[in-house]
Amino acid sequence: MARLVVLGGGVSGHTAATFAAKWLGSAHEVVVVTPNSKWNWIPSNIWVGVGEMSKEEVTFDLAPVYAKAGINYKQAKALSINPEGSELLNKPFVTIEYTLAGREGMTENVEYDYLINATGPKLNFGATPGLGDANGLGEFTVSVCTADHAVHANEEFQKCIQKMKKGERQKFLIGTGHGLCTCQGAAFEYIFNIEHELNKAGVRDMADLKWISNESFLGDFGVGGLHMKSMGFAVSSKIFAESLFTERNVDWIIGAHVNKVEKGKVSYELLDGSMGEEEFDFSMLIPPFAGVGLKAYAKDGTDITATVFAPNGFMKVDANYSAGAYENWRASDWPKTYQNPTYGNMFACGIAFAPPHPISKPMSSPNGTPINPTPPRTGMPSGIIGKAVAHSICDRILQGENAPLHEASMAHMGAACVASAGKGIFDGTAAAMTIYPVVPDFEKYPGTGRDTDYTFGEIGLAGHWIKHILHHLFIWKAKLKAGWTLIPE
Amino acid sequence: MSKKAEHNIKAYGNNFTTMTPGPFAIKLRTCKIWQFIRFIVINIKMLVVVRKSH
Ligand SMILES: Cc1cc2nc3c(=O)[nH]c(=O)nc-3n(C[C@H](O)[C@H](O)[C@H](O)COP(=O)(O)OP(=O)(O)OC[C@H]3O[C@@H](n4cnc5c(N)ncnc54)[C@H](O)[C@@H]3O)c2cc1C
Repeated sequence: MARLVVLGGGVSGHTAATFAAKWLGSAHEVVVVTPNSKWNWIPSNIWVGVGEMSKEEVTFDLAPVYAKAGINYKQAKALSINPEGSELLNKPFVTIEYTLAGREGMTENVEYDYLINATGPKLNFGATPGLGDANGLGEFTVSVCTADHAVHANEEFQKCIQKMKKGERQKFLIGTGHGLCTCQGAAFEYIFNIEHELNKAGVRDMADLKWISNESFLGDFGVGGLHMKSMGFAVSSKIFAESLFTERNVDWIIGAHVNKVEKGKVSYELLDGSMGEEEFDFSMLIPPFAGVGLKAYAKDGTDITATVFAPNGFMKVDANYSAGAYENWRASDWPKTYQNPTYGNMFACGIAFAPPHPISKPMSSPNGTPINPTPPRTGMPSGIIGKAVAHSICDRILQGENAPLHEASMAHMGAACVASAGKGIFDGTAAAMTIYPVVPDFEKYPGTGRDTDYTFGEIGLAGHWIKHILHHLFIWKAKLKAGWTLIPE
Repeated sequence: MSKKAEHNIKAYGNNFTTMTPGPFAIKLRTCKIWQFIRFIVINIKMLVVVRKSH
């Protein structure tokens, strides 16, 4: 009997674990180690953050789902990996620390034959003074990155609405809280939901909305922007985004590295080296992401973290980490199998794998401060990669160690993104976008780097309906309800 | 019909060089019949991208 251990039960890890359990059956064991008792459909946190959904609507208990799937669920966080075992244990193992009520703090070594690291991001609020610290989110801004954060964001948002109703003007500042953030799409969606809710509450004229981000142009989204087919043109996402911001009367600051957050004020440095300050009454700033800080040890106890993980804490996989300058980047730099180059039975998927380099062109201010988006790994790629990795491991367990690995390169993969504004069936709208491929391939698609037959975007009710359907479909799928395998990632 | 979006443009400001939707484009976004057609079209397009990605 082989044992597959999956670290992280988020979008990517949950997909990998549930498919692996289905494909392996009861002859082999799948273990999931994840610190939360609940699964969270993170994209819908945006609606929680404006009071349109409750935490209960975007989360569900993992234990019954894993029991149904025959998965051994350990509510714990991984601390370290011993890919060669140790002097006491011959097999590779992970050291975990329980978070389960009643067992908090207890540690255990869990042996594995195959390991998937799907631990997602550490929300690195501590990277910007005032944005937070090692314990997480600070007191001056809000976040929608977790369901609990989003509940808190909505409480603060409702207070602002009440103030506006009493005649007090409010300033909203939404965007990224550091020069090296990713996930601009989430902040983008949040600012337009805020705008929509302010209209609905009849207080839009009492509010000033401003976007602040590390993108060098509006609509970069961490993917170097995209050209989409619209009315016979290949239109840049810059035009698309600027048009939407103008229509909704939202001002913007771009190319910004937020270097300090204080009560009601952020300080920032721009790409041109100038410094600025922006005041706010309400601010949601996405933190930069890092790996969750797993350690790795060799058999003799030597620290081999730097061999297994990149300096940002994400796990090294089959990517080309030595591509160098932007001019040398190729689509082929991006990993295909997500296998760790040193230990062949270890894989990483979703946000946990170390990308070879950003997708957006790296930039820095004349003061040497790097200011550019880091690459996003959104839900669809995270799910597809999780499934491909599970497939590879299942094949190796069932067919033998030489079974070929499945590939899922982000340079050959598209993504569908729907950014909603509002939640009502007929009063909301959404920007629905697809991008193909996520990582531009300028050799295959000269000029834009993407296939404009499959890269498009439009605003309207239709996208909004799709967003609603996706919410229910993905929660249905994650709960492993009837027909779950038919729902694509 | 309103040209509200145009009124948000500030001469030589951040948004001076962008395009804004006219009243007809805005109307289409919430026109249920048109959006139902777009719903089908966007779904097909997304499914094609999903298929190409697996
Ligand atoms: C507000 C917001 C909105 C978004 N909206 C969209 C959207 O509309 N569309 C889209 O495609 N994407 C969206 N995304 C991105 C999407 O949520 C991510 O791409 C996706 O969650 C990544 O999946 P993952 O499994 O890599 O990470 P996660 O889903 O974050 O899962 C990681 C898991 O690992 C666990 N973990 C952490 N540390 C450890 C440890 N030490 N040991 C074990 N487990 C650990 C975590 O608790 C978590 O369960 C959004 C993101 C945010 C923040």
